[in-house]
Amino acid sequence: MNKLTSYSVKEIHKCFRDKILTPTSFVDLCLQRAKQTKCLNAFVTLTDEIAEDHAVESEKRVYIEKKTRPLEGITIAIKDNFCTKNIPTTCASNMLRNFTPTYDATVYSRLVDAGACLIGKTNLDEFAMGAGTVDSIFGPTRNPWQYDKDWRISGGSSGGSAVAVASGTCVAAIGSDTGGSTRNPAALCGVVGLKPTYGLVSRYGLIPLVNSMDVPGILARNVDDVSLVLNAIAGPDVLDSTTIKKDFKSFVVNDIDLSRIRIGIPKEYRCEGMSEEVIDVWKEVADLLENEKCSVEAVSLPHTSVSIAVYSILNQCEVASNMARYDGLEYGLRTSEDYSTEELYASSRSEGFNNVVRSRIFAGNYFLLTRNYEKYFLKALKLRRLISDDFKKVFNDGIDILLTPSTLSDAPLYKDFVSKHNRDQCALQDYCTQPANMAGIPALSLPIRLSKKNLPLSIQLMGPNLSEELLLSVAKKIESLVQFPTLKMD
Amino acid sequence: MKYIIVSKNLLKKYNQICVRTVTTATTRKWQSVVGLEVHAQLNTKSKLFSGAENTFGGLVNNCVSLFDAAIPGTLPVLNRKCVELGILTALALSCKVNEVSTFDRKHYFYADLPSGYQITQQRAPLASDGIINFQVFTPGIHKKPYNKSSRIKQIQLEQDSGKSLHDSELKRSLVDLNRAGAPLIELVFEPDLEDGEEAAALVKELVLIVQRLGACSGRMEEGALRVDANVSLRRFGDPLSTRTEIKNIGSVRGVAGAVHHEIERQRSILENGGKIINETRAWDATAKVTIPMRDKEVVQDYRYMPEPNLPPLRVNLDTKEDTQDIISVPSIKDRIPELPEQSRTKLINKFNLKPEIAIQLVNEPVLLNYFENVIENSDRNPIKLANLLLNELLTVLNKCKIDVENCPITVKHLSDLVDLFLINRVNLDVCRRTFECLVKDSSLNVEEVIKQNGWFLISDETDITNKCLEIIENNPKLVKQYRDGKIKVFKALLGLLAKDTNNKLDMSLASKKMEELLKKE
Repeated sequence: MNKLTSYSVKEIHKCFRDKILTPTSFVDLCLQRAKQTKCLNAFVTLTDEIAEDHAVESEKRVYIEKKTRPLEGITIAIKDNFCTKNIPTTCASNMLRNFTPTYDATVYSRLVDAGACLIGKTNLDEFAMGAGTVDSIFGPTRNPWQYDKDWRISGGSSGGSAVAVASGTCVAAIGSDTGGSTRNPAALCGVVGLKPTYGLVSRYGLIPLVNSMDVPGILARNVDDVSLVLNAIAGPDVLDSTTIKKDFKSFVVNDIDLSRIRIGIPKEYRCEGMSEEVIDVWKEVADLLENEKCSVEAVSLPHTSVSIAVYSILNQCEVASNMARYDGLEYGLRTSEDYSTEELYASSRSEGFNNVVRSRIFAGNYFLLTRNYEKYFLKALKLRRLISDDFKKVFNDGIDILLTPSTLSDAPLYKDFVSKHNRDQCALQDYCTQPANMAGIPALSLPIRLSKKNLPLSIQLMGPNLSEELLLSVAKKIESLVQFPTLKMD
Repeated sequence: MKYIIVSKNLLKKYNQICVRTVTTATTRKWQSVVGLEVHAQLNTKSKLFSGAENTFGGLVNNCVSLFDAAIPGTLPVLNRKCVELGILTALALSCKVNEVSTFDRKHYFYADLPSGYQITQQRAPLASDGIINFQVFTPGIHKKPYNKSSRIKQIQLEQDSGKSLHDSELKRSLVDLNRAGAPLIELVFEPDLEDGEEAAALVKELVLIVQRLGACSGRMEEGALRVDANVSLRRFGDPLSTRTEIKNIGSVRGVAGAVHHEIERQRSILENGGKIINETRAWDATAKVTIPMRDKEVVQDYRYMPEPNLPPLRVNLDTKEDTQDIISVPSIKDRIPELPEQSRTKLINKFNLKPEIAIQLVNEPVLLNYFENVIENSDRNPIKLANLLLNELLTVLNKCKIDVENCPITVKHLSDLVDLFLINRVNLDVCRRTFECLVKDSSLNVEEVIKQNGWFLISDETDITNKCLEIIENNPKLVKQYRDGKIKVFKALLGLLAKDTNNKLDMSLASKKMEELLKKE
């Protein structure tokens, strides 16, 4: 049973062949695990029947048609902000509590085509606005590394997906990543989290937070599994005009010679509030790479410190715009207010959204006013360009990969985390992760070792656009060197 | 060189003085300034950003894709055909097509705008800096046509909204999203016009152009082309003053009426010392007044933002290389057909039609089409043909309440009838009566209709002579007056002749014969 928290796709497929497991028996195990770990609150909806249907199909393919697909019989979970046909998709918000889409997100349909079995839809901060998975109408998600008394947060906003993977309910999960929402919970829960290059994976069906930064993210327990999932979902999609049009060629994760790789350590990422342990792990990995004959050097990304403020403005502007559709007419919460259409909008939106969402809408609309547009939005766009140029410059100078921490500390206690305002938490927690979203570049969070409190500590790797193959290969090398421990669940 | 410059300056000064004199000479205190914004629905199978059918009059809420209903997670995909039609229209109006244009979101809450914003092209439009040349001529108002032109500021692609229907009895509102997301081009004109007739003439010309291009049905009654008019008054020479906007005018004559009314309304306010407030008004076509629109009183801040889900739209301005993602503008240029202005010039130069006749003919594309077909490869008299179409045929269609577009008469009918008319076998009256028969039953044959009804003119000389003699004999008084030198009564005699013979004589022959007989004594 405990193998559930360590199984890789490769191992599972071997088990299928050896008939130690079959897709249906494996799915049952995962569903069982989901029920046993209910206290973690990783799932908004468990999709038992669908998982079993998928497993039956898979079993047919494996044993009768003998045609195994890349993710054959592999259990997956999907963040509840991806639309899934006939399965509620709530965004953890009252607004969409009763919303059931009639269509599938591209990411989900490609996973099913690749043979995957959907276990359920995972918890998140309302509309993915948060860094803790604490602001959900379904309650917070708990970190499986410490979930009893004095429990710790999972990180967010894709906390449910990270927890589902870490606790062995599924092999891989889909999150979304706008400012670090996949990498942050991956780091805190000790799993691998990848934010692909913007435009590599279709956003069709992902309920948007910030369209220009949102990317579907991948969470799995090891680098190989992340790349398998990436290869299944990446590539152009006619339904998303922002996807990269070039034909997609699968990434191959190689055992690479690190001696020809140049690693950059951006000094600006060492910031106030970063824990000693995080800095130590960062150094350890740098040393480890140096030992492997990598060239490791300090670099500068001078605009890093303004990034979080710029991110906050752009985020709120797009939020204000994207949330304008929730008026209770076509779908979503509609109150019984009938004095006027305006009153109906106001009361539906006020009951449908939590404080975090409402305050971002409010701020965003303020920034977008004609008189403020230039002062805030345009200025933020210009700074975004500068932040992006910082990265370009470093990569043009020959740096292959940037090495930074993923988070400022290991998983915080719930009670400590909620003592701060959501906005301040995001400004803190997203510090290391959001610049990659501003630049659109791929970034990956990799667990390294446990902290003194027995909690995962992770580092982040970033590379230029479409450098996923290198990023994953380097990550795999580090993974094999550090041997991050498996979570033991009793 | 110097001399030339000096003389130029002198000329300028002189012109200024001239202008001033003219201004003081006319006692008009106010100059009216009119600018239009026109929304034209593009004639495409599917909508601007979705695959839903783009049609008028479909079953309520049946042409709606997930995107059109703003279902979360859906994304816009630009319809290439809409871009092509937009570019085609822009080129026909001499616009500069922009190599890169972008889309913006315009935010406002309205029940028939499901996403809470409209995707438009505010900051970098598809095309800019164009011009439309047209003729202003309203029979009954203008004695002669005159040339006018208006500059075009920009042409942008944008989405249409849905439709709200308010049931005041049951106190509920219903929304139809069939139109939501339908493709529009908005044409923004500079305030280069002066009155309602000019505005109406511009709109009429625009309708003709987009119809020729096949870009838009031009059916204003279906809302396929909608006009907003900005109207202001200023003292001559002053900068532009506060304007009002009249929204959604739904017919060419409506444009003339609304603008005319609004100018007069503003004039009377100003002359009584009042002030014009910047507001949105609506045209009440029945009461023929503009009225303030209550719900738009507050000035809206649309909080424009670039549309993040659509990459910039790039076009190829230089070559005819056309790819899936990049449209070639030069190849679209090749597709521009003959435009109304060219047609009018052709009618005037090639067929010697009077400008006002040419204008009227071009204004009725169906009649123009008849004209071109009947005149083609023939030596038929174009002026007579044009008059026959514009007077007789149009009158019959109006009388029978048939839309010109649905006129059942064939080119063969017309050719046959025109030929008989040109050799005086029938007269205009018979033509009209023949049209009436054909409109009712288009399977009829022209010659048979005339024969069966006995409408052929009498052109036999003996018959005509006998009839004339009969009239002379029965009207000795008039005959005497004529012979005493009162030549005017000749017309009366001819009238009697026509009446007596039920308009069935070939009157050109008869009039000659009559004159001859009267003079003979």
